[in-house]
Amino acid sequence: MSVNLTLLTVMGALYACGIYLILERSLTRVLLGLMLLANATNLLILATGGYAGLAPIFDKDTPAGDYNDPLPQALILTSIVISFAVTAFMLGIIYRTWVLARQDEIQDDAEDRRVAETPSFDAEDDSVIPVETSEFPLAMVGPDEAVTIMSGDRPVRADKAAAEEQPGSLNVDPRPEGGEE
Amino acid sequence: MNITSFAPLAVVLPILGAALTFLLIHYPRAQRAISIAILSLTLLLECWLLASVWEGGTAAVDIGGWLPPWGIVLVVDQFSSLMLVVSSTVSLAVLIYATGQGMADGDRDAPVSIFHPTYLILVAGVSNAFLTGDLFNLYVGFEILLTASYVLITLGGTGPRIRAGVTYVVVSVVSSVLFLIAIAMIYGATGTINMADLAIKLGDLDQGTRTLLHVMLLVAFGIKAAIFPLSFWLPDSYPTAPAPVTAVFAGLLTKVGVYAMVRTETLLFPGDALNAPLMVAALLTMVVGILGALAQSDIKRLLSFTLVSHIGYMVFGLAVSTVAGLGAAVFYVAHHITIQTSLFLVTGLIERRGGSSSMDRVAGLAKLSPVLGVLFFIPAMNLAGIPPFSGFLGKLGLLQAGVELGTPLAYALVIGGVLTSLLTLLAIARVWNRAFWRKPEDAEHPDPVLLAAPADSATGDRAGKTNVTLLPRTMVGSTLGLVAFGVALTVFAGPLFRVADQSAEEMLDRSPYIHAVLGEDAPVPPVPPAAQPGPRQQQGQSQGGGK
Repeated sequence: MSVNLTLLTVMGALYACGIYLILERSLTRVLLGLMLLANATNLLILATGGYAGLAPIFDKDTPAGDYNDPLPQALILTSIVISFAVTAFMLGIIYRTWVLARQDEIQDDAEDRRVAETPSFDAEDDSVIPVETSEFPLAMVGPDEAVTIMSGDRPVRADKAAAEEQPGSLNVDPRPEGGEE
Repeated sequence: MNITSFAPLAVVLPILGAALTFLLIHYPRAQRAISIAILSLTLLLECWLLASVWEGGTAAVDIGGWLPPWGIVLVVDQFSSLMLVVSSTVSLAVLIYATGQGMADGDRDAPVSIFHPTYLILVAGVSNAFLTGDLFNLYVGFEILLTASYVLITLGGTGPRIRAGVTYVVVSVVSSVLFLIAIAMIYGATGTINMADLAIKLGDLDQGTRTLLHVMLLVAFGIKAAIFPLSFWLPDSYPTAPAPVTAVFAGLLTKVGVYAMVRTETLLFPGDALNAPLMVAALLTMVVGILGALAQSDIKRLLSFTLVSHIGYMVFGLAVSTVAGLGAAVFYVAHHITIQTSLFLVTGLIERRGGSSSMDRVAGLAKLSPVLGVLFFIPAMNLAGIPPFSGFLGKLGLLQAGVELGTPLAYALVIGGVLTSLLTLLAIARVWNRAFWRKPEDAEHPDPVLLAAPADSATGDRAGKTNVTLLPRTMVGSTLGLVAFGVALTVFAGPLFRVADQSAEEMLDRSPYIHAVLGEDAPVPPVPPAAQPGPRQQQGQSQGGGK
């Protein structure tokens, strides 16, 4: 199989430029890089078809080896259409980025940054367990304020209610909890 | 005239539906009705296909009457039809969920009029990728589903979605270019792109060329399937999309990549040439993915990392490449599509009820909405692999296959698999403790929605009403349906495992596929000489025969 050396050189140059461009931060350059890559690949597919030959329209006097291989060209046609659609979509996205952020650069992922900066101390898992584990939120109330809370339908002063919850409290009243008489 | 000749309808029906819904873009009610009807019809057809393949064996359809290896063929075998049924069930549930969300919110968050046609095109692309027996047609299927996914992931065009969309589009295009280069090289080397024909002709190439082509294909599919170290793009891009879109992406898109890898490994490049690198990749994917999940504080991102991590299990089964390993991998793919999608759907509900999907803001949901708790708990335990759920059965099958193989690398994978399963449980338990069991006041930055509806007895009715308005019945119903389907996979795990094992046997045998495409007298080449059928292959055969 012989191949066209010029086409191959062009293909290599396109690949090199394309790879260089997609490594940039500017979105327009990334898009140009993707277009170059797609076109370089089209040339590669063309090269796999082998010799250039006659148009593949059947003629009984032409020997089979003289025709061009039509399949790679069909593949290239499909891939051109696809890369056309993707390019149009990318242009839309780039324009939208410009409208929203006034810049043509790939932006950092904010959540990634946040996770990276999170300290290893985790308030939920690592903090000291408070001594006061009662259901009654005394920590929010100053000691002198008399706050009443509802225990069932019975009003109780918050500090008394908390005292009842403490271990060893005198909450041995036979009345059922909830204050039913 | 066989039912399998209707297989192209699985691709054509959604495309027709997309055209119809696009014409009816100003009639949202008609759009909803048509897209749900079309998908249900497709699902019915695919169930029928699965049943006919179960009885009649692998079948091929020549598109347009062009005979293979020149024309394009669609091949219906057990693996592809099983994938079709599971993926269509999942996409139907997500579609119903999305219409529920659209009816509740209008077009504010996601322009639903564009959503329906695009979604149907995505489904068509997925079906095409599952069915095709032609390498270039597989590329076209990938492009159909990717182009639809570009639109879906940037739906609405908000800042974060555009930012995530750029990464996603660039990475996908690069992987597609790699795939196309691989196709060009394969065509240059063999002169054919029909997969059955390639299975015969690739064996004649010399070892170096074959390895090059093999690696090219695996890298291209590895990016799509999000295998470490090619998985970096996934957790960055998936979480910002609307909930139903993230759900369907998580369920289907990476699995299409896994499906393509399974086909490459079994049909095109049989033998164990690259099994060791695949095993290392599987181990790293599992462990690195789940460690990433533990660092996250956003539920969607956490789930994206578990998605990456659990892809590792499927690659594990593929790399073991015995009937037992491959069968377990097939089972695991079916299980994971369902479970991962339902978890993302529930996270969408959590976001609605709790105002956010960040674990710093959400709390106390178990009391506010017990239904949500149940909906989250079942698939979460399933994902972590707690018995008796299907996640446990799938992992058990994989671990058994690994132990049977018995090489040091396989044991490393078994240990890694167990470790990943435990760490998944840890990650899931953190979500549960924070979002469901913690009191809203204890959250770092509690969302006003949670504090506004104190869940004590006096205002219980008010909380109940908020539940109804924030969680539309359609959305809860479709999630419930999908969770129930996940449980059904557990209940009917026996028959499902039989289908999985039988499809694994057929894929490793290769002759049903090649004969279905190229006719009964096509030669089935032996496994290439470089990869001698070692003890693992014989073990697999005898193991399969025993079942």
